[in-house]
Amino acid sequence: MAILTFVEVSEGKIKKASLEAAAYSSKIAETSGAESVAVVLGEASADEVSSLGKVGVKVVYHAADARFNTFNSKVYSKAIAEAADKASAELVVLSFNQNGKFLGPRIAVRLSAGYIPGASELPVLEGGKLSAKKNVFSGKASATYQIVTAKKVVALTPNSFPIVKGEGTATVEAFSPSVSDADFGVKVKSVDKVTGTIPLTEAEVVVSGGRGLKGPENWWMIEDLAKEMGAATACSRPVADVDWRPHHEHVGQTGITVRPNLYIAVGISGAIQHLAGVNQSKVIVVINNDPEAPFFKAADYGIVGDAFEVMPKLIEEYKKFKAAH
Amino acid sequence: MKILVPITKVPDTTSKIAFADNNTKFNSDGVTFIMNPTDEWYALTRAVELKEANAGSEVVVINVGAADNEQIIRKALAIGADRAVRVDANPTDAFFVASQIAAYAQTENFDLVITGKETIDFNSFQVGGMVAELLDWQAVGLVNKLEVAGTTATLTREIEGGTETVETSLPLVVGATKDLAQARIPNMKGIMGARTKAIQVVPVTAVESRTEITSFTLPEKAKQVKLVSPDNVGELVRLLHEEAKVI
Ligand SMILES: Cc1cc2nc3c(=O)[nH]c(=O)nc-3n(C[C@H](O)[C@H](O)[C@H](O)COP(=O)(O)OP(=O)(O)OC[C@H]3O[C@@H](n4cnc5c(N)ncnc54)[C@H](O)[C@@H]3O)c2cc1C
Ligand SMILES: Nc1ncnc2c1ncn2[C@@H]1O[C@H](COP(=O)(O)O)[C@@H](O)[C@H]1O
Repeated sequence: MAILTFVEVSEGKIKKASLEAAAYSSKIAETSGAESVAVVLGEASADEVSSLGKVGVKVVYHAADARFNTFNSKVYSKAIAEAADKASAELVVLSFNQNGKFLGPRIAVRLSAGYIPGASELPVLEGGKLSAKKNVFSGKASATYQIVTAKKVVALTPNSFPIVKGEGTATVEAFSPSVSDADFGVKVKSVDKVTGTIPLTEAEVVVSGGRGLKGPENWWMIEDLAKEMGAATACSRPVADVDWRPHHEHVGQTGITVRPNLYIAVGISGAIQHLAGVNQSKVIVVINNDPEAPFFKAADYGIVGDAFEVMPKLIEEYKKFKAAH
Repeated sequence: MKILVPITKVPDTTSKIAFADNNTKFNSDGVTFIMNPTDEWYALTRAVELKEANAGSEVVVINVGAADNEQIIRKALAIGADRAVRVDANPTDAFFVASQIAAYAQTENFDLVITGKETIDFNSFQVGGMVAELLDWQAVGLVNKLEVAGTTATLTREIEGGTETVETSLPLVVGATKDLAQARIPNMKGIMGARTKAIQVVPVTAVESRTEITSFTLPEKAKQVKLVSPDNVGELVRLLHEEAKVI
């Protein structure tokens, strides 16, 4: 059997979340004696595509068709389902990222497959069924989902599976899915992206600020530390609501969910709705001048102190650490 | 314009999460249920706004659930939906729910289906995409702006590190996220009017579930925070490097 990973490219580069998905598939393939196959839609260089071999992919179907450079869940779903048939894949894996969230369910319907949205661990395959854990109740619990159909689709939560690179290049096969012009029909008018910074959902370290920072003029503390650490910046909802920060930085129940290795929260109280977006972080550091702030209950490390005093020190100490390592 | 808005009920965000029957079922004892926030604040409210801006439009809400869902359905009618449909069933999985919604959508000519992005209980993000595939429509998820002119929709959606504005044509499935609309509180007139609006109960379309939840687990135990003195910030950096190994 084969396991097919949908690997997303953006401006010709493989997305990190997709590399994680491919590594995850290869690991399942290795333990179940299956072949790890990937499908790439849109233009990318031969080197970029064959580099999937480093995460254990053996064969890549590449539809190097410029029409696929724009994401479109309808046409992508058709093309990926066709690739799954071509590979005789029993399992399709993709990332549970922004595009994957709307694509996964479409692929599952197309393949008459059961679907797990946002698996956070390797699955267990037993008696033709597949089970995997996923977070539920906004991170307050987890649940084991079991797929009972012959074909299966799993979307992997970003930043929950490590990318271990080895040697190897994948064989690249040209792929021209039978889709019609009418299946395309989503045009991108404009993109508003913060350039030069790390996308929040892909960041391994996130530095985040709340109302305790008093105003946008004080955000240099967050930005400077983030820059030193190669981190993304985030904020609490009220901060975005009053336009101190752009809305796409707001994390929490109504914002983005992040899962970095390290989340540093500065001047954020730790309301349950905020925690919902960050409680899957591996390590949480809280800096708050109120020892009773609820965030300390969800933190691994904390400093009870004034952010205006602690942050400049932390930036200095981090610089020293970086220079020494 | 005819707009279908799927709505569902979820435990209030402050609910204590507990499980019953050997950790196989959510324990709803003492839990207050509300309309899923993104369904109410964004999907439904934007649908009502579009209706108000386009004479002759209609907003229909649909819920797949048992009779005790009528409370949230009445609220949706009070916010401004014209009528409601309830598919009388206890949902077994997302495919089951999506199949019911798609089956109903096919009986009328809808231009738009606007779902919430995800429910806050299972965070599963499935129903919208599944409905789109069952109907073979275009779909755009994580949408925070939606304008419709004729049969053209212009939408802004979240992407990694920003937003993207796209254009596509109706019919269309939209997955709503924050800021798509300004949430409304139902007023007295809406609440009174909702009492006389129709809730049509339709029988379930037989579909086999494709997934099941076999067990739930709660996180092991509350974390024990390690406090570092504000006069010794270097210690935090050391701990993050040597102990937590995250830098
Ligand atoms: C349905 C619903 C959904 C919501 N969704 C979200 C969401 O997605 N994301 C989200 O973030 N919120 C959300 N909220 C809001 C949430 O409940 C909180 O109100 C919000 O997270 C508080 O933001 P904050 O911590 O920045 O501000 P505050 O609660 O005002 O906290 C500021 C903190 O800064 C500390 N502080 C003050 N001065 C200093 C200083 N000099 N140094 C250090 N610390 C200092 C204070 O002790 C305090 O703990 C939602 C609310 C509701 C009702
Ligand atoms: N039982 C249901 N009845 C009607 N609509 C639902 C139901 N469950 C989910 N939905 C819709 O689908 C969206 C996404 O839900 P989910 O895929 O379950 O996370 C919700 O925000 C609702 O708009």
